[in-house]
Amino acid sequence: MTPAWILRRIGFYVLITVVMAFFAIPMLWLATAPFDSDPRLGLHWPDWSLAGVRATFGHPYALGSLANSLVLCTVTAALTCVMAALAAYALSRVRIPGRDALLYLLLLLSSVVTGTAAMVPIFILMTQLRLIDSQFGTALVLTGGLLPAAIFILKDFMDAVPRSYEESARVFGASPGQVLRHVVLPVARPGLATIVVWAFVNAWGNFLVPYLLLRRIEGQPAAVVMKTLQDEGGSANLTVIPVFSLLYSIPVVVLYLLVSRRYGFRFHGGIKS
Amino acid sequence: MAGVEVRGLSTVYPNGVRAVDGLDLEIADGEFFALLGPSGCGKTTLLRTIAGLEQAAEGSVHIGQRNVSRLEPGKRRVAMVFQDYALFPHMTVVENVAYPLRVRGVSRTEREATAERTTGSLSLAGLSARRPAQLSGGQQQRVALARAVAAGGELLLLDEPLSNLDARLRLEARTFLKKLQRELGVTTIFVTHDQAEALALADRIAVMDAGRIRQLGTPREIFHRPASTFVANFIGSTPMNLVDATVADGAVEFAGGRFGVPGMPDGPVVLGVRPEYLTLHATPQDGAVTGTVAIVENLGVSSLVTVECDGGVSLGATVPEGTEPDVAATVHAVPEPGRLLVYAADTGDLLDAAVVP
Repeated sequence: MTPAWILRRIGFYVLITVVMAFFAIPMLWLATAPFDSDPRLGLHWPDWSLAGVRATFGHPYALGSLANSLVLCTVTAALTCVMAALAAYALSRVRIPGRDALLYLLLLLSSVVTGTAAMVPIFILMTQLRLIDSQFGTALVLTGGLLPAAIFILKDFMDAVPRSYEESARVFGASPGQVLRHVVLPVARPGLATIVVWAFVNAWGNFLVPYLLLRRIEGQPAAVVMKTLQDEGGSANLTVIPVFSLLYSIPVVVLYLLVSRRYGFRFHGGIKS
Repeated sequence: MAGVEVRGLSTVYPNGVRAVDGLDLEIADGEFFALLGPSGCGKTTLLRTIAGLEQAAEGSVHIGQRNVSRLEPGKRRVAMVFQDYALFPHMTVVENVAYPLRVRGVSRTEREATAERTTGSLSLAGLSARRPAQLSGGQQQRVALARAVAAGGELLLLDEPLSNLDARLRLEARTFLKKLQRELGVTTIFVTHDQAEALALADRIAVMDAGRIRQLGTPREIFHRPASTFVANFIGSTPMNLVDATVADGAVEFAGGRFGVPGMPDGPVVLGVRPEYLTLHATPQDGAVTGTVAIVENLGVSSLVTVECDGGVSLGATVPEGTEPDVAATVHAVPEPGRLLVYAADTGDLLDAAVVP
């Protein structure tokens, strides 16, 4: 316990405190500002009131946009999960020349598909397909962007399902569909749960795609409507934003907790082989 | 119940390897049949081809009187236990055992009743609600067997069913397996690389190498008269003594011993004798092989004695406990009549048994 050691410890804890404060203060703001009669951008002891909550629930687009987000993200997560599962299973089991190269190429290009660079062609494509202002069309574009990475992740899970499981089911007379439904998908369930949460969260936070493809404010999801919450002068509408932010963050947290509890990363033990 | 007939069967992998090479085999109804061989000999491929998991390139497989060569695995009425048991980890024991019936559309109550009955008869009662991960290795193996039994096929295929168990449990499971097969009376083919397992369990054994059958026979035939030096090397827990010798004037001489081989042309041969069929004497014997004791290994009820003969050849001989010779003592080894086998030096095929004086 030399003085140098004590100084080092003190320095260490000060650093840790600063880092923790950096992450904790926004969370504190999110917890207190919604229930403050006069929310500001800084953190201060709140003057408890439900005025912000009332204002938000009375806002013409706030709750509607959250519902839009839920629809958009549920469709995106479901589409991504189903399509990625089928593709990953096929890629895992069928020998195609250049399979890995194909996967890496897709992964590389996926950042382009929903990236800013491709927005103009995607906008033109969706206009020609008459899918502008369509939740489903937007979900399709989001799915397209998420699929390569989802397939890549799920293929690892599919590879980990022993072939003997499938062969065993086949010997007992299961059809390919039954093998998939009864054996492969349940065994790969932790992977599917991961993909659902990941796709949902990604779509929930995506701003650019719905901003461009959904032109009517009634159809826009929360991430886009958040941007419109400002007065004519362009400064943030601080009566609505705090409560809206809180509501906006809840579904993702709930989804994560639900999935991790229900389909959690349960350990399926095996035997040595 | 049904026998199995395999005619001219070849299985070729995409990389061109002929894992099974023009193989003929007939297995009788109710027989417990072993496919034995070193790894890579094609025994598992043969089993998988019979099950339909591999496509045969040539030849046919008949189960009963049905040609199943072009049928899907599920339509062949076979049940299979995989080496890793392939129990579905997300299903309970009952769900696992009932799975073959579920695929066939049997109602839930009926199939669960069948599963409970089957698990009960395989001493798995009380474990029905557990998942495979909560079972011991032996229990998992019995669940896999129960599932195969519940499937009720005409043919039971076992791929190295005991290799994932530890040594003590393996003996127990072996006895259990033989009893179960006798009770069910179902034609069973099992694959193993363990010669002791094949000798203990099977009614008949096919010793395989390079996609072909090297010898087919009862365990006793294969143990007593291996048809080639390959089989001789492979069978027996202590390896067979194989020594080079030369036939001259209708007799073969080796380390002081002289054995008659009537009618055999002169030339090089390989002599083979199991350690169990060599008797050691302290005094000189008629036609005995003479050497000095180099090593004595205790095997429990017997000991394996390594005898060094003239010309740098070592012979193994097992002696009963209490009669072990001293190390460096001179001993005289006499083969039992009919147990000294002569193999061709070039092909390794069995020629005849030598006459022991």
